[in-house]
Amino acid sequence: MLKIENLKANIEDKEILKGINLEIKAGEVHAIMGPNGSGKSTLASVIAGKEEYEVTGGDILFNNESIVEMDPEERAHEGVFLSFQYPVEIPGVSVTNFIKTAINQNRKAKGLEDMPASDMLKMIREKAELLEIDRKFLSRSLNQGFSGGEKKRNEIFQMAMLEPKLAILDETDSGLDIDALRIVANGVNKLKSENNAVLLITHYQRLLDYIVPDVVHVLVDGKIVKTGGKELAHELEEKGYDWIKAELV
Amino acid sequence: MSLKDKLTRSHIVFQDSIDPHSPIYDVRNDAFKIFEEKGFPTRKDEAWKYTSLNAVIKEDYSILSKTEAALDYKEVKRFFLSSVDTYKIVFIDGVFSSHLSETTHEGVDVCTLRSALSKAKYNEVIEQHFNKIAPKESLTSLNTAFASEGVYIQIPKSKVVDKPIEIVHFSTGTEAASFLQPRNLIVAQENSDVQIIERHQSLTDNPVFTNSVTEIYAAKRAMVDYYKIQNDNLNASLIDNTFVDQYDDGVVSVHTFSLGGKLTRNNLNFHQKGEHINSIMKGVTIIEGKQHVDHNTLVNHDAPNCESHQDYKGIYDGSSTGVFNGKVYVNQIAQKINAYQSNNNILISEKATINAKPQLEIFADDVRCSHGCTIGQRDADALFYLQSRGIPMKEARALLMYAFANTVLESVKIPQLKERITKQIAKKLGVDVGFAL
Repeated sequence: MLKIENLKANIEDKEILKGINLEIKAGEVHAIMGPNGSGKSTLASVIAGKEEYEVTGGDILFNNESIVEMDPEERAHEGVFLSFQYPVEIPGVSVTNFIKTAINQNRKAKGLEDMPASDMLKMIREKAELLEIDRKFLSRSLNQGFSGGEKKRNEIFQMAMLEPKLAILDETDSGLDIDALRIVANGVNKLKSENNAVLLITHYQRLLDYIVPDVVHVLVDGKIVKTGGKELAHELEEKGYDWIKAELV
Repeated sequence: MSLKDKLTRSHIVFQDSIDPHSPIYDVRNDAFKIFEEKGFPTRKDEAWKYTSLNAVIKEDYSILSKTEAALDYKEVKRFFLSSVDTYKIVFIDGVFSSHLSETTHEGVDVCTLRSALSKAKYNEVIEQHFNKIAPKESLTSLNTAFASEGVYIQIPKSKVVDKPIEIVHFSTGTEAASFLQPRNLIVAQENSDVQIIERHQSLTDNPVFTNSVTEIYAAKRAMVDYYKIQNDNLNASLIDNTFVDQYDDGVVSVHTFSLGGKLTRNNLNFHQKGEHINSIMKGVTIIEGKQHVDHNTLVNHDAPNCESHQDYKGIYDGSSTGVFNGKVYVNQIAQKINAYQSNNNILISEKATINAKPQLEIFADDVRCSHGCTIGQRDADALFYLQSRGIPMKEARALLMYAFANTVLESVKIPQLKERITKQIAKKLGVDVGFAL
């Protein structure tokens, strides 16, 4: 589904990603772990198409098609979804109106008519229930004044609504208490199927107890330096990242 | 003949036609002298630096309406807030339409100024407040000189008016060009509560020039919410002069939605004459083409422990121009006040202009005053967030502009009005919303 080949990316002439190789197949859950500043969030943003980052080498193939030249919205239409580490507050637009606009724009890109309001309402209710989201919450301004947990739940709610092929969850566990983490993880697990894939970006192993990865990658200084099974996450939790850095030297 | 000369002639005719025993007979005469002396403001006046009336006053207006037109409710229903029950005071070409109106004298007076002027029981209140709140400037004086019709609202102590009051001025184009001068007096006694919606609507392309004056007296603990819908057609110009005197513990808000018209000038003054007052001024301006909207606000903090909040947002396209001239004056005795002023603008087109001039004059030392003014808003993070959800750049930008303007509506207390304005804003910006659970 996703194939990243020797990807290099800069921000303001500083090289952050220094040749990433990664392949994720449909039905898989991958986790990328790594110390602060290793380039985890950059990788997530580059896949989603954030303009600030300049791709200087390599390629990102999504379903065998290069997406590096695509606008963020085109990538979304192809089925890429990024759950933001810091979701943006947008006062003045309600969660519902936002998701309605997003869904209909995605449909438009596929040549479909707007979703009928009744279907939209039904879907919103179903997905809100899945993530234990209160209806009042949905009429509030997007992310404005939301707690950390509410923001993350709202991200996964959007993911549930948009049904992407590849969901990239950037530090979705940060700022979550254990109950919120359970709800979010439960939501992700329910949405998982053999036709979609998940890329978890996390600092801690905690999330991986709830969303169990098939493959764990370790990112250090813009490169994937180690890849293993879920037991690698436990090892990192126990020993930290220093032993890997030491191995590299 | 210049408009001023024409007005001088008309005033002689007008004086002959009115009741010499009217409680405001002398006030009108004195006011005309002020206008004669000062004339129409020009760009040489500091307060009119960015707004020229030349193009507006050059038309050949009919001053005193001669013909009377009738309108069917069906034809104009869309200009009313029909989804909610309201009192209505409707004028057609400056003449009261009893047919379209729903006035009352039960527990609260919602009627015309003409009717109030003709009844002795209102003399005392009129003498106490009429032309006492408005400053003696040329345009307000011009309005005072011809004051004969408009809205009279008197709310007794502790009365909560049961439904909003809608004031609508239609012009039907029976005259080639009309000059209208409605005069409103609103007296809200202690502890009273009222919501008022006002709009001016021209029904043809004939030029209309309205010079409206509204005086609001808000006694202790009075709550007044005033909503101005300025969505007139492109040959209609409006000078809205609204003056508010507030006393202890009162809250008065004025929301101005400037979405249409040729030239619009809002002179909005608040005078705080007691403690613990809150004065709220909010505005949304979305214009294009050659439209011009000028917000000229003044908050006079004349007492301690008060607050004022100004939040004006504007989106300008085409070669439209906006002006924000917001003055906050803090008297030496007005300690511990909190004055907040914010003016944010987005210029969509390179030819659009905004002239922003915040002015703070502070003579007290223990106060909190803040003001901020921004032009252009391109939030790259917000844009990426929307795009990453599949919303294309163009639609994402429109949605962000809608969001920007929509935040001003949060304080609108009439849900049906809020919904309506929201939809109007969305339509203007090409955003499809209006979806609620």
